Amino acid sequence: MSGVGAVEATLAPPVTGPAATRAVRKVFSSPVASVAMIVLTVVWTIPTFGLLVTSFRPAGDVANTGWWTFFLHPKATLDNYHTVLFSGGFGVGGGLMPYLVNSLAIAIPATVFPLVIAAMAAYGLAWVRFRGSDAVFFTIFALQVVPLQMALIPLLQLFSGGLHLGSVQILPAFGLGGTYAPVWLAHTMFALPLAVFLLHNFISQLPRDIMEAAQVDGAGHFKIFRTIVLPLSGPALASFAIFQFLWVWNDLLVALTFTGGGPEVAPLNLRLSQLSGSFGSKWELLTAGAFVSIVVPLAVFFALQRYFVRGLLAGSVKG
Amino acid sequence: MPDSTSVLAASTLSDALVKFTNTFGAILAFVAVILLVFFAAGRATGRLAKPVAVVVFVGPAIVLLTAGLVVPALRTAFLSFYNSDSSKNVGVKNYQWAFTTDDIHRVLINTALWIVVAPLVTTALGLSIAVLADRLKRQSVYKSLIFLPMAISFVGASIIWKFVYDYREASRPQIGLLSQLCMALGWSHPPNWILSAPLNTFLLMVIMVWVQTGFAMVVLSAAIKAIPDEIVEAARMDGARGGRLFFYVTVPMIRNTLVVVLTTVMITTLKVFDIVRTMTGGNFKTQVLANEMYSQSFVQGDNGRGAALAVILFVAVLPLVGYNIVQLRRERATR
Repeated sequence: MSGVGAVEATLAPPVTGPAATRAVRKVFSSPVASVAMIVLTVVWTIPTFGLLVTSFRPAGDVANTGWWTFFLHPKATLDNYHTVLFSGGFGVGGGLMPYLVNSLAIAIPATVFPLVIAAMAAYGLAWVRFRGSDAVFFTIFALQVVPLQMALIPLLQLFSGGLHLGSVQILPAFGLGGTYAPVWLAHTMFALPLAVFLLHNFISQLPRDIMEAAQVDGAGHFKIFRTIVLPLSGPALASFAIFQFLWVWNDLLVALTFTGGGPEVAPLNLRLSQLSGSFGSKWELLTAGAFVSIVVPLAVFFALQRYFVRGLLAGSVKG
Repeated sequence: MPDSTSVLAASTLSDALVKFTNTFGAILAFVAVILLVFFAAGRATGRLAKPVAVVVFVGPAIVLLTAGLVVPALRTAFLSFYNSDSSKNVGVKNYQWAFTTDDIHRVLINTALWIVVAPLVTTALGLSIAVLADRLKRQSVYKSLIFLPMAISFVGASIIWKFVYDYREASRPQIGLLSQLCMALGWSHPPNWILSAPLNTFLLMVIMVWVQTGFAMVVLSAAIKAIPDEIVEAARMDGARGGRLFFYVTVPMIRNTLVVVLTTVMITTLKVFDIVRTMTGGNFKTQVLANEMYSQSFVQGDNGRGAALAVILFVAVLPLVGYNIVQLRRERATR
């Protein structure tokens, strides 16, 4: 687990030699700091740990004893996960499975679409220079200040009722109810200001020589974009993709506004939010459901920690 | 009931198959359209080549941003001066309502509490942990575990903490960790945490702090490591130790980063919606601005009031995001 440290190392310019660092660290090092740090880490981890333990305990035990008694009387089961995922323990046929499918079906396109469109825009603004390209870039960049809440009502009206100007119908109702398209579109639109900004930062720094050499060889903009810009932008694309995937996976507001909440389209996170109200006392099921929803981000976290931290830091002002 | 279970499983599976086919079909179609447009546009030569490239590369983003963000935001501002179904201009009545109704007063006060307390506590904790861990071996293990909640959604985090705050009558065995701890420490009748205002608002803030501290820690830790050793050494020569070194050298050296962390957490806090919605649904006097905006617009169906609250949120967030973005930009420029 060196990802967090590695990112810090890249954020911080190396100023000192290792000897100096070691000397300083030795002087500062104290058992008090160690103990404090261990206590804090334990406090930070215990709530999640309790959730994990509870999700493996039989229903009767969960209702009558605290999860910490598990270690005195260990009795574990996978029933909760089976109920939650397959046999409809939450009063819906198929349990959480349809919602889990929805989460993936929403998050993957809602990552790919803005990624591609933003990469194109970033290249266009950085390398196909035209009059006003700086102004366009700055406007997109400035749109980061608009909170999602400012766009929800009109966007929902647009999707469900079409576009009117006075009493004249310009666009008909989109007829997208019950499909993923409104959520995909909404996430794509909301992701663009940050995505264009981040990718532009990276793509505009690509070496000019390579671009010019390709142009001399007769490659047009479209060929350069596909064969040079996309492959070279791997790290930036990966950071943004991970950030966006997790943002969509963890999102509640957009899902609540644009999916309606049924098993046809609504994602897992939305369903869990509803369940925490109506099934709040069935902790063995709620904890198992919650763990199903957080296991994907946790897997991404542990597997791709470096990109993950970088993406999150870069995206911290989004919303 | 093995039969009904297997039937259910089969229908779930076929349902999943249809959904995934649609999803990947959509992605394939999207990529195919783009490649086709690239191919067609790539044939344009001479004077046409550049304008075509501009339209193809930048056009989609501009169209989507205009339709999805610019026009809707303007329209929200416009709707905030209209009544609930947007049929009649009511002037500033929605804003009057927002600033004079008792219920909304409570919402604004709660929101103010949130944006003052949660970011300050988060930043202070993040700074303390960054300083503490800076001196330790295996610090990345500690840091990873403290950063981990950043990966969890606010909904997931809320369920985790709802379980910690679970209430049982004192005579029964407890299943909530907080009540159990209080009783072990001698408080025999702890309250029903989530129902007791104003304590519950602070208990909800704990969730925000729990999630965001990792972010504060990583950013501040990087800033601390960037302080040149010569400065620290010089201060130590002059006799600065421990607390003095921290307050007179470390903190001033990372002041800009501290402010950026503080404003970033403030922005997140101001827009917080998931925590309140999942924990209390805005009941028990815990309502905040972002959730009230959602309730007014989509539960009560009052577009005018909802829009007015959205505009208030926007105006509140504007200086923070503005400052933040300018700072980030300046930092990038100097590096």
